[in-house]
Amino acid sequence: MLILILFTVICLLVSLAVDRNKTFEGLKRGARMLLNLLPALLTVLSLVSIFLYLVPEGMIVKLLGAKSGVMGVAIAAAVGSIALIPAFISFPLAKILLAKGVSYTVVAVFITTLIMVGVLTLPIEFKYFGKKAAIMRNVLSFLGALVVGILIGLFI
Amino acid sequence: MTNKKVLRDYFWVVLFAIFIIGSLSLSFDPGIRIYANFSQFFLEMITFLPLMFLLVGLFDVWIPKEKIEKHIGRESGIGGTLWVILLATLQAGPLYGAFPVAYLLSHKGASVRNIFIYLGVFSAMKIPMLTFEIGFLGLKFTLLRTLFTLPVFIIIGIIMEKYVGRDFKVEAGR
Repeated sequence: MLILILFTVICLLVSLAVDRNKTFEGLKRGARMLLNLLPALLTVLSLVSIFLYLVPEGMIVKLLGAKSGVMGVAIAAAVGSIALIPAFISFPLAKILLAKGVSYTVVAVFITTLIMVGVLTLPIEFKYFGKKAAIMRNVLSFLGALVVGILIGLFI
Repeated sequence: MTNKKVLRDYFWVVLFAIFIIGSLSLSFDPGIRIYANFSQFFLEMITFLPLMFLLVGLFDVWIPKEKIEKHIGRESGIGGTLWVILLATLQAGPLYGAFPVAYLLSHKGASVRNIFIYLGVFSAMKIPMLTFEIGFLGLKFTLLRTLFTLPVFIIIGIIMEKYVGRDFKVEAGR
C-alpha cells in the first residue's frame, strides 16, 4: 500500500512538472470514471457486508468441514464462487480448514473459486463487459477453478 | 446525468444507508454488525480506489494508443501476452480495481485475448497476494496453483476472444 501511494505521488509530480494541463485532464478523466463506478461499487459492498453477516466464517468452516468427497468439493465450489472474501481473511481461513482435517482438494477448490469467480461482483462486471461476456468469463473461470483445485489435490 | 438516473443508481445505497442509520440509533445488533463489515470494506476501497483511478487517468493522457496497440494489440503474439502477465502480477487490490484498467487497455487497442488474460492473472496471480498465500498455505500449494492456473487463463482468453469476437470493446462502466 505504501509503495502504491509513493508510486502514485511520484507519477503525479512528474506529470505535473512536464505538463500541467495534461495532468488536470488526466485527473478529470480518472475522477469521472470513479464517479461512474461508485453506485455499483457501493451496492456490491453493502451486499457483501450483509452476506458476511448471514454467513460468518464459523459457518463456512462448518459447511466445508462436514462433508468430503464430491459433495465437499461441490459445497466448496458453491461457497467459493458466491462469497467475496478478501485474501487477508481467506488464506488464514484455508489454513484453519486444513488444520481441521478438511482435504486439500476441498480447500483448493474453495480458494480457486473464491479467487477466480465473483458472483456478487457480477453487477460491476456487467457494466464494463456486458452480460454476455461477463457471464461467460465467470462460467469459464468456474470450470477452470474446479480443474485447478482438483489438480492441486492430486499433486500435493 | 439526470436526477432520475442518479436516484435509480443510488436507490439501493440510500436504502442501505437508512437501514444502517436506523440500526445504529436503535442499537439493532445485526445492522451494527453489517455496518462493521461494510466500514471495513469501505476503508479498503476508499484508500485504494482514488489512487488507482488517478493512475488510470494519468495513464490515459500520457500513454499513446500506438504504443499499446503495438505491444499488446492484435498482432502482438506471445510477447504481448507476456507483457500483460507481467503488468497484472505487479498490481495489487481487489478485482473491481482491474476493470477500469481493462477498459483503458481495450480503449487503447489491446487485443481481446490479452484483456481477458490480464483480468485472470490479476485476479489470481498478483505478487503481493502470492507472498501472502505462501505464508499461510506454503510454497508448494502456491506454486502448484500458479502453475495450473496460468494455462487456464490463457485458454480462457483464447475462448473469450472467439466468443465475443475480436472487435469487442470494454465499456466505460456507467
